[in-house]
Amino acid sequence: MRSEAANWNRPSSGARLAAYAALAFMHVPVLVIILYAFTTDDRTYAFPLPGVTLHWFSVAFARTDIWDAMRMSLGVAALATLGAIVLGSLTALAMSRTRFWGREGITFLLVLPIALPGIVTGIALLSAIKLAHLNPGFWTIVAGHTTFCIVIVYNNVVARLRRLPQNWIEASMDLGADGWQTFRYIVLPQMATALLAGGMLAFALSFDEIIVTLFTAGHDKTLPIWFFNELFRPRERPVTNVVAVIVMVVTFIPILLAYYLTKPADER
Amino acid sequence: MSAVAASVMPAPGVLRRSATFLYRRPGLYLVLLLVPPLLWFGTVYLGSLLALLANSFYAIDEFTAKIVYQPTLATFKQVVTQPAHIDIILRTLLMAVAVTIACACIAMPIANYMTRYASPRAKALFYVGVMLPMWTSYLVKVYAWRLILAKQGILSWLLDSVGLGGALDTLLRLPGVGGPSLSSSYLGMFIVFVYMWLPYMILPLAASLERVPVSLLQASADLGARPGQTFRNVVLPLVLPGLAAGSVFTFSLTLGDYIIPSVVGAPGYFIGMMVYQQQGTAGNIPLAAAFSVVPIVLIMIYLSLAKRAGAFDAL
Repeated sequence: MRSEAANWNRPSSGARLAAYAALAFMHVPVLVIILYAFTTDDRTYAFPLPGVTLHWFSVAFARTDIWDAMRMSLGVAALATLGAIVLGSLTALAMSRTRFWGREGITFLLVLPIALPGIVTGIALLSAIKLAHLNPGFWTIVAGHTTFCIVIVYNNVVARLRRLPQNWIEASMDLGADGWQTFRYIVLPQMATALLAGGMLAFALSFDEIIVTLFTAGHDKTLPIWFFNELFRPRERPVTNVVAVIVMVVTFIPILLAYYLTKPADER
Repeated sequence: MSAVAASVMPAPGVLRRSATFLYRRPGLYLVLLLVPPLLWFGTVYLGSLLALLANSFYAIDEFTAKIVYQPTLATFKQVVTQPAHIDIILRTLLMAVAVTIACACIAMPIANYMTRYASPRAKALFYVGVMLPMWTSYLVKVYAWRLILAKQGILSWLLDSVGLGGALDTLLRLPGVGGPSLSSSYLGMFIVFVYMWLPYMILPLAASLERVPVSLLQASADLGARPGQTFRNVVLPLVLPGLAAGSVFTFSLTLGDYIIPSVVGAPGYFIGMMVYQQQGTAGNIPLAAAFSVVPIVLIMIYLSLAKRAGAFDAL
């Protein structure tokens, strides 16, 4: 019986091969980008590469427009993350335990910026900017990014708070701690890693965002906007690849950290 | 711990009294927590959506190219009656449906393998392997596909070296889907869309496949069903919510995208490109706003269909 069940549950080697091939295929584009950062050919995308060089890295590092865009992106991502951490964790603290009228509505509202296509959020923000006669630029980018980053932090923190045993808080109160002390010594340490993970994901999301940003940026250039413009310029193409590699590294580090920060807690 | 104990002893300070005050009034505590985020969402986000709606009811003066701030339905009428605009809407809708179906067909075997057959370690590898490309920079991925699909790029080199170059040329000569190269055809755009949204389909599908009890499959097999019949009659109805949830992502993301059609693009316009171009070079924000209501309406229709399939139980 048992051996039969095991046999029944065995995949054909074809299915296994297809599944692994599909998984590998999903990583091909990343490898391609890295590969083309070293090409000697700056006009076409010919493959196989005619030659290999490190020249484009030095070209990229010498270009000030890249560094300006990089600084702008880092600034936007830092401020948007900060805003999202504050607003997201406030919401999570309110929503984690209590049930109240309008709770469903708030959840819906939080998800809306990522449930609707980015273009809707983008054009909506632009409409408001135009109606209010504001000048689009750095601060409007930050406002837009904060809005869709809140839900990322919220999701992470609220999941952790729901797993925090209520009797820990009761025990803290019984021992004479007040609300602030309970928050400081019990709740905050428990939600810290989730908060950090949410913040990192929000940072990565903001650093890489283009669809909403193009609408709210005015004349300011974040790194993705620089990148987007570069796609339509046939000159020095490998520099674009070098920047792509940099962007991947900058977004990957926080994402991997976030993954490891939340993973052990799940296994505990 | 001793710090806590020490601070308990003296007469209650402002902090402690405020904590007690709030503890006795959970309603007030809740309101204080919720005011900042709700204020933000109310002004920045809902305000923007209202501004969008307001703008779509304005129209642009055809002679001065200035926005006339008087409510009118003229802009909406323009969107749904001009043949060129209807073409754009239908083209986008068709692409979104095609991409959704293709994603479902490719994601199903992968999700099935990773949830049912893979060993625990292989399963972890699959989950990370699916999530990593999802979190890779969006623009970088689009750009990579432009390199892959380019004339003389990797894909055509690969097909040439296995002797299928002629097949690609025939494919590209097809009217409608073809073009001068893969990177400027609807076929190429379709491939990029499917690649980009595939993880968004795999993950909810895998989540709902995990919840299908193995005993049901065994029972079905014991009763004489062939694997295909088990899949159709047992598995598919059970994972329908996951499928619907994934399709909400693929459908909505395709409808609103304007980067992919402009980077890996055939000449035809898509809703997103139309919105972007109208607000930018054309300066016609009312038309852009009215056009962006189209994907909202389409998604609302789709969501209500998905809800009937139970998509939100699987999210």
